[in-house]
Amino acid sequence: MTTDLATPVDRPPGESKPTAPRPARRRSSTRTKLELALFLGPALVLFVGFVLVPIGIAVYYSLYDWNGFGPISDFVGIKNYKDALSGNVFQGAIGHNVIIALLSLVVQLPLSIGLALLLNRKLRGRGFLRVIVFAPYVLSEAITAVIWLLMLQPNGFADQFLRAVGLGGVIEQWLANPKVVLYTLFVVITWKYIGFGIILLLAGLQGIPAELREAAALDGASAWQTTWHIVVPLLGPTIRIWIFLSVIGSLQLFDLVWIMTLGGPANATTTMASYMIDHGFKRYEFGYGSAVAVVLFAVCFVFALLYQRFALRRDTAGALTRMAG
Amino acid sequence: MSTVATIAAPRARKRSTGTAITYVVALVIIAVTVVPLLFVIVGGFRTTAQINSDPAGLPSPWVWDNYRIILGSSQFWRFLGNSALIAVIATVLAVGFGSMAAFALSRYTFKGRDSIYTLFTLGLLFPLTVATLPLYLWLRQLGLLESPLGVAIPEAAFSLPVTIVILRPFMHAIPGEIEDAAVLDGATRVGFFWRILLPLSMPALTTVAVLAFVTSWNGYLLPLLVFNDSQHFTLPLGVATFQSQYSQDTARVLAFTALSMIPALGFFMLAERRIVGGLTGSVKG
Repeated sequence: MTTDLATPVDRPPGESKPTAPRPARRRSSTRTKLELALFLGPALVLFVGFVLVPIGIAVYYSLYDWNGFGPISDFVGIKNYKDALSGNVFQGAIGHNVIIALLSLVVQLPLSIGLALLLNRKLRGRGFLRVIVFAPYVLSEAITAVIWLLMLQPNGFADQFLRAVGLGGVIEQWLANPKVVLYTLFVVITWKYIGFGIILLLAGLQGIPAELREAAALDGASAWQTTWHIVVPLLGPTIRIWIFLSVIGSLQLFDLVWIMTLGGPANATTTMASYMIDHGFKRYEFGYGSAVAVVLFAVCFVFALLYQRFALRRDTAGALTRMAG
Repeated sequence: MSTVATIAAPRARKRSTGTAITYVVALVIIAVTVVPLLFVIVGGFRTTAQINSDPAGLPSPWVWDNYRIILGSSQFWRFLGNSALIAVIATVLAVGFGSMAAFALSRYTFKGRDSIYTLFTLGLLFPLTVATLPLYLWLRQLGLLESPLGVAIPEAAFSLPVTIVILRPFMHAIPGEIEDAAVLDGATRVGFFWRILLPLSMPALTTVAVLAFVTSWNGYLLPLLVFNDSQHFTLPLGVATFQSQYSQDTARVLAFTALSMIPALGFFMLAERRIVGGLTGSVKG
């Protein structure tokens, strides 16, 4: 996997190496080392100190029973992991993350593709539409959560709107009914993130030459056949990247949940991250919370590795490392 | 001639039906996107009593008090200032250190270069959420709780991978002849980096700066853990807190939320091309 990530940049096809050693003026090696330290040092210190070290100490804390204060002495081995993974609430939390991830794939992906295809047609005001569609994505999840929290109040804006369009029958206790609330959150997530998918796919569509479609049409393919057999497969790399981002995002879901439901009612919307914060930060079970953090990390990491290995490897440029346009 | 006409006619009709459907769908998309935003903005011009009696109605009369009171209080401006300060520090650190590292990783050849680069790319897989709990304990040990640096520094650290991954190939692609010419003119490598490479990398630098800024601006979880004192709250944290604090006064919460949306939406309108380009470009397949 590491090579998958590193290769494309190391050897960009058809590019000459920019810094061949110049015989005319060789720099002293001490000076070069000094320069390297100057340029690389700050980033390395920052990265190691605030990305790698915390993840490392989480593994250490997770082996202890510790409330966050005083000496860390109560070694419990893998007990925290056992407790978390065998507990109903955490199992439910993993389930909720998985449900959100699957729903995103089943609902958001086809919706994004359909809307992107539609918006790719010649359309007056397409630029304006692009801006509008993307707007929710730039709002923070916190603001999104507050907006929807207020709209979804019982007998609030959403209910009144539904009644007005004759859908009064479907009105629910959107945030209070444990059977409904996870799907309510999914609607909010879709509202916020669908624009990102559409924009991503529109960018992908721009890269498909019109001649390909015209050729297919000349060969007698229907619009549907052209779309299904030519356009969608060519969108493959974009779709695969979208799936990756969507699943990682679903696994990390926190802000919306925390503000809208705090994981409730009756743990109906607990996610791995909200469970971690609830135990680690609210209940001062730092050892236990760290174990949950490590599990969350492991789930994301394993998914990322497998996905890189099996899905993204086909994309010639290891898309994550592609440079921005 | 006539055959052409008969073939063309049904096709044109078909196209216009398709176009009509497209426009209808476009309108639905706009409505679904904009209505919640309008609900917040317009709701801020109503009183809570108006909203309670008719949640989807228009203001009658229009009330300016909610907005006036919030704009006149120091709270909103303080949240805004805190958010801006943190986002600026995080962006400067990420882009500053990130571009230096990308320079070293793209234009020097040395042992371990690829391993160091791989180490940074691995960071792409560790979003901040995963590390927040241990990060909180780490920041407490370093005495950075309740400090803007306690949020800005980790955010910068987590922005480094994407910054370096975007900048490195960009700097790599700048022809070596330019560097040779600079060296012939007596420039040191540091001088080349500062006076030639950075200006040439401006488009990529803007992209990574926008990414780092937006990520920091919208951050919620880390400020939630680091800040206890509402004096230090950022805007996302402030909005969420304001909402739970004044949950009985819907109109005021709506006005507060509406005002909080303005910076993000305004920034987006100004830099739409950069933001969309940056976000899609950085993940483009």
